[in-house]
Amino acid sequence: MLELQGITQIFGGVTALNDVSFSIHADQITGVIGPNGAGKTTLFNIVTGIYQQTRGQVIFEGSDISGIPVERLAAKGMVRTFQNIELFGQMTVLENVMVGLHSKSKSGLFACSFKAPWAITEERRIREEAHEWLRFVGIEQLADVQASNLPFGKGRMLEIARAMACKPRLILMDEPAAGLNSQETVGLAELIRKIRDLGVTVVLVEHDMELVMDICDRIVVLNLGQKLAEGTPREIQDNPEVIAAYLGDDE
Amino acid sequence: MELGNQLLQYLLSGLSTGAIYALIGIGFSIIYNATGIINFAQGEFVMLGGMLTLFLMETLKLPLWAAIPLAVLLATLVGLLFERLAIRPLRKASPISLVIITIGGSILIRGLSMLIWDKDTHALPPFSSEEPIMIAGATVLPQHFWILGITVVLIGLNKWFFSHTISGKAMRACSYNPRAAGLVGIDVRRMVLLSFVISAAMGSLAGIIVAPLTMTSYDVGVMLGLKGFCAAIIGGMSSGIPTVIGGLILGVLESLGAGLISSGYKDAIAFVILLLILFIRPQGLFGKPESERV
Repeated sequence: MLELQGITQIFGGVTALNDVSFSIHADQITGVIGPNGAGKTTLFNIVTGIYQQTRGQVIFEGSDISGIPVERLAAKGMVRTFQNIELFGQMTVLENVMVGLHSKSKSGLFACSFKAPWAITEERRIREEAHEWLRFVGIEQLADVQASNLPFGKGRMLEIARAMACKPRLILMDEPAAGLNSQETVGLAELIRKIRDLGVTVVLVEHDMELVMDICDRIVVLNLGQKLAEGTPREIQDNPEVIAAYLGDDE
Repeated sequence: MELGNQLLQYLLSGLSTGAIYALIGIGFSIIYNATGIINFAQGEFVMLGGMLTLFLMETLKLPLWAAIPLAVLLATLVGLLFERLAIRPLRKASPISLVIITIGGSILIRGLSMLIWDKDTHALPPFSSEEPIMIAGATVLPQHFWILGITVVLIGLNKWFFSHTISGKAMRACSYNPRAAGLVGIDVRRMVLLSFVISAAMGSLAGIIVAPLTMTSYDVGVMLGLKGFCAAIIGGMSSGIPTVIGGLILGVLESLGAGLISSGYKDAIAFVILLLILFIRPQGLFGKPESERV
């Protein structure tokens, strides 16, 4: 599904990632964990085209996606969410999701300007679909609220709804549980499973170990820019190197 | 003429020039919201509208109704080329460099127009009869109604586009959060191009509908552009109603000032308002102060 081969990222003199390789398997939830500064977010930014890696390749469904403009990734089936939610604040919740459906819209530059009747029927279809995604994440009752007025937890749900509206095959979530209370985190875990059950591959960077161990099928551990371990939650929990990285060495 | 009639007269003519400023101002706002730059070539699209219509009528002997859409199309094409050739290759440049490029572009377009056409002032024929209409002692030209009517239609279309079409929403999304917009698959560069296309089309149409009243020449874009900019500043760079109100306020104050004080101060009034707004309420007359901009 997604393969990282020898990813190296050097910022000035700092090596943020050093020769990191692993693959993400389809229809699974993969967690990327590691202590602060391990390079998790850098890795996400490389995969989603925000940074250009110094060396290495990102292969998505068989093709190298390095250097592809960010807006084309959504069309290719990859979306992401951010740690600090990135919403369109002055638009309503519903409109935020409708915009996510834009990449599937057939109205092009001129069609939207000149073929009004087409655009109207399409708008109706998109509106209904957007409602469905809001229902999917459980915030349909907030459809007409301005996005900037949403509480943080609901904003996160909205960001996920908007990402799902792009109909991705792979969704990357950057610390989805950050800033959520425990009840919201339980809801999130359920939602992430629901997303996987739709046949969407999920990759998440997360600090909430309970959540990671609970929902992930596989876990990749990064430490100091290198891959430390990879395996099932069970294996990771029993891995002495991982324990050392997290709790510090005895020596 | 009584003062009351006089005031009504100033008000009516102020509203129609104000409508023009509003259309030009919306053009400024649309590009600003999509790109963060002030396009000082906006006035040249206005000039091109009037001059191209005239050119098509005189050279190709086209009737007015055929010349207008063709002129709008050509001016829009200039807007599109301007974005492709002058803005897009430098998208990584800082906004201030881009603003200066638009000033350069405006000088270029103006210079070429002067060379292609001439330095004379020309009048476009009015859209319908020149017979003034009397309203409560004030005389109004039918062209004023054309201006107001077309402005209302354009603003309505603009509003509909931004709030009811998916492309309009995508453009708004780009202005609120370009990064997130890119990630949900919106081609931000295409939206920037679209903003130039819409602004050029609106600007040129504004230049056409005002030309029968105020005449047109290769350099009308400078003053009209600045007045439109002023309207956009009053409206807080909104591409909606606040800028329309900004344009109307400006038009009416200008017309009252010219009538009651002296027509020599007409342009000064606009710039005094511009400076006052920039000093006192840089967020626009109706905007909330910006607390945070990340």
